[in-house]
Amino acid sequence: MEVNELLIWARGPAFNMALAIFVFGMLLRLFEIISLGRKSDLSAARDSGLSGGLRTIFSRSLPRKTVFAREPLRILNGYILHIGLFVVIFFYRPHIELLGLDLAGLSSSVIDAVTVITILSLFAALLMRLYSPVLQHISTVGDYLAWLITLLPLITGYMAYHHLMLDYTQMLAYHILSVELLLVLAPFTKLTHMFSFVLARWYQGYLAGRRGVES
Amino acid sequence: MSQLKRNNSQISETFVDHLEQHGVSRRGFLKFCSSMAAALALPTGSADVMAEALSAAKRPTVIWLSFQECTGCTESITRSHTPTIENLIFDFISLDYHHTLQVAAGHQAEEARDMAMKDAYGKYLLIVDGSIPTKDGGVYSTIAGRTNLSMLEEAAAGAAAVISVGTCAAYGGLPMAKPNPTGAVAVTDIVKDKPVMNIPGCPPIGLVMTSAIAHFLTFARLPDMDELGRPKAFYGDSIHDRCYRRTFYDQGLFAKAFDDEGARKGWCLYELGCKGPTTHNACATMKWNEGTSFPIESGHPCLGCSEPNFWDAGSFYEALSVPQGRVGETVLKAAAVGVGVGVAAAALNRSNKSAAVEGRETMTVEDLKKES
Amino acid sequence: MSKPSIKKGIDFIKAQIDAPVASFFSSCVHCGLCAEACLFYTESGDPKYTPINKVEPMRRIWEQEYTMLGKLKSALGLTKPVDEETFKKWETMVYDGCSLCGRCSVVCPVGNDISGMVRKIREGFAAAGYAPPDLIGATQRAVEIGSPMGVKLPAVKAQLRHLEEDTGLKVTLDEKGAEYMVLLSSMEIMNFPEYLEAIARIMKQAGKTWTIASTAFEATNSGIQIGVSDLAKVIVSRIVDAAEELGVKTVISPECGHAYTAVRWEGPNLIGRPYKFEVKHILEVLDEFTKAGLIRTEGMEESRLTYHDPCQIARKGGIVEEPRRLLNQIASNFVEMSDAGAMNWCCSGGGGVSANERAEEIKLTAFNRKKSQLDALKVDTLVTACANCRLTLEEGLEHNGMDIPVVGLTEMVAEHLVEEESVS
Repeated sequence: MEVNELLIWARGPAFNMALAIFVFGMLLRLFEIISLGRKSDLSAARDSGLSGGLRTIFSRSLPRKTVFAREPLRILNGYILHIGLFVVIFFYRPHIELLGLDLAGLSSSVIDAVTVITILSLFAALLMRLYSPVLQHISTVGDYLAWLITLLPLITGYMAYHHLMLDYTQMLAYHILSVELLLVLAPFTKLTHMFSFVLARWYQGYLAGRRGVES
Repeated sequence: MSQLKRNNSQISETFVDHLEQHGVSRRGFLKFCSSMAAALALPTGSADVMAEALSAAKRPTVIWLSFQECTGCTESITRSHTPTIENLIFDFISLDYHHTLQVAAGHQAEEARDMAMKDAYGKYLLIVDGSIPTKDGGVYSTIAGRTNLSMLEEAAAGAAAVISVGTCAAYGGLPMAKPNPTGAVAVTDIVKDKPVMNIPGCPPIGLVMTSAIAHFLTFARLPDMDELGRPKAFYGDSIHDRCYRRTFYDQGLFAKAFDDEGARKGWCLYELGCKGPTTHNACATMKWNEGTSFPIESGHPCLGCSEPNFWDAGSFYEALSVPQGRVGETVLKAAAVGVGVGVAAAALNRSNKSAAVEGRETMTVEDLKKES
Repeated sequence: MSKPSIKKGIDFIKAQIDAPVASFFSSCVHCGLCAEACLFYTESGDPKYTPINKVEPMRRIWEQEYTMLGKLKSALGLTKPVDEETFKKWETMVYDGCSLCGRCSVVCPVGNDISGMVRKIREGFAAAGYAPPDLIGATQRAVEIGSPMGVKLPAVKAQLRHLEEDTGLKVTLDEKGAEYMVLLSSMEIMNFPEYLEAIARIMKQAGKTWTIASTAFEATNSGIQIGVSDLAKVIVSRIVDAAEELGVKTVISPECGHAYTAVRWEGPNLIGRPYKFEVKHILEVLDEFTKAGLIRTEGMEESRLTYHDPCQIARKGGIVEEPRRLLNQIASNFVEMSDAGAMNWCCSGGGGVSANERAEEIKLTAFNRKKSQLDALKVDTLVTACANCRLTLEEGLEHNGMDIPVVGLTEMVAEHLVEEESVS
């Protein structure tokens, strides 16, 4: 396939297909989760489960001091990775156009720097996964797959912008295709956490809220 | 070169003689060669080589075939700018067949073509503009009762080289755009055994066309080309890379409407759909209309007209990053299927779970004891 | 009634998996931070004690039974089965290496209630016949005799007699219409009778009527620890029946962590309906009495002391401020331990670990966390509000040659009651 055709395919049919799989997959996962139900809690509530649930959805974004003290680098790296991805995805002007958002955006040089930092953070995460005994013990093929499909869009985006290795058009096509790979696989890897974390936090926060417990 | 000269021996007059008759001095001719060499990014000294070659050259036979096209390419090449470079080229070559420019018509015109092909068989330069319809035996475009397809096959057989001028001849262009009712194809889809150079653009820049032709006539071969058959000298960089508005792109400053502050300040047109980043052409450097301007300079985003399939690459006015197709519809359909399958999966999970819950026997103390 | 089997174990786990569990497994990114919150990991350094790893068999069952992807993977032979090997390998992680303290649940960035899942997975392990023998024995005694330590009513009566002889305070068993029904843990009957005396004196000063049910004096619930809801229900039903029979307004859960969880939070869900009475932890009652001026204290403990938050009472029960308010009234040199309150470290003996002889070694290893916390504080006295914590702490301190007395907060409050014949 000729480069421009590849780009047209990536921007059109492939994107629509990937998005469809993403939406389909995420909904399927949601139904699979919700369908298992939850018994209503019959114990007398000390406090509101609702406010506990809502609070925990946000409060869990901050680490507990005691764990932060033990693993500051892993936690900071987690912040860098997530904030980096957020900035690169939502504050780069071409992405803002793509998402149809009304955001100001950041200059390309800032995005460029954030991209590099995010890529480095992913490699730091990989090193931690490879060398921490706990992470070695609990890591699966899925963890490495999720790592790779998160890395590829960053790398290809960076390389396209800097005209590295391949012609811009070709690299742009690969960049879009790598995002599509991410979209296709996200519902079927641990990347589902991008949505399901809200549910998980809600469920635990609800329980904690009823008990009047910090969460 | 010598072959070419010999081949054109029937034309006694050399190019320089011809120029002198038209009041162009040797100095003016050298200036022309210099600008041509510069345009082609040829090494130092090439201007002299070119001057020598061109001044000695006899006017070579050129056959220009126009198929499914709009004559925009011809318009472009005939739009002259100082010092009438395009005219110089027309003075220099023996253009034996060109619908729009030739005087002859009907049988006479076709006879002229036949004769030129016969006389200069294997030596003439074939220029094509327009795409070739192939559907239904190619009946959708005919000249003098002959399909474009058969005319091209015949003319290409005796050509030394072929130059596809314009995006239609180079890549199929507008006639090939979906749904391509005539089964239009590019020249390279038909001509496989001759060197073919593409000069895409809708239309291409006149100077690019003439320079490429001059290169062939000087060195008896086509210039260095990229994988899409385009001369690298003109199509090596993207519009975006050479664009004077690039700095605004890097700073994240974009015009969001044709009449907003950004547009007035000359900010980047990416968000208005500029295809500069994926378009390879010389517009940003050579510009148009005697080097006056080019689309982006006059406030309009690049359409990407010199790239294959540009017509099918989505809206001209949507940013390159915006996905094409009915995305909203895709999401709705996928959501509908997701909900459908989700409900089925949920029902399965429910029955699976209730089977586990209901099939569960009440545990007693006795049940705890392991069989040992 | 059927013999334990792997299939039964798997089916029981299947029955336990609900939407929250599915959302937890869907969200886990294997960040490993739960390990850093778990004293079984931090003290042993053995990554198998990473909390989320303890529920791996449950994750597999969830994936294979309740997700399309898992079914597809199973069909392609890409999933690991849950078999006898799995149960064998995980039994010690699920029981010996987890005190259900819930620290992991509180630190999980995506909000997974991992200790809640350990509680659930134990249902399957018990049904499959992979529960520690000591817990099986304790559960059997709890169901058949009425107490995990085999304490019978005569022992309670004997303690009440001693109480009357020593203090002149008389407690009537099964007194209908009493305001409070007091529960005891076996340990309080056998090891720490001071608790009973403290309650008697406090109730007297507060002028409250109270009783002990002869059919339901035992507060602990081995069914919760071993993870057999059916038996936990049998045990909790005794309390519910007695309390509703006697018509008490409030049932007081003693200084015992899991008993509070069992009676306060799990009980209504086990019996399938809300109670007709309230359940309060003794610390909540003491705090109420103090606030209402029903009890008054005098004198201050001057020794340097700290408070150990029992997990089930603080982190999982929400009782964090009450003990501090009480302590500040009677102690002038109260210092907080590191991570005190909702993030306190477990004593290492909760969740059935202390009742599981086999877990002794890992328990003592895990105790090093508490040891280093205490070493840093250099206190003279350690106060807590859970008999199980108290016993575990005493054993751990002794094992490490540390001479710090461990005191129940209720007793300490009782010791500082104003000595007067106050009748409201």
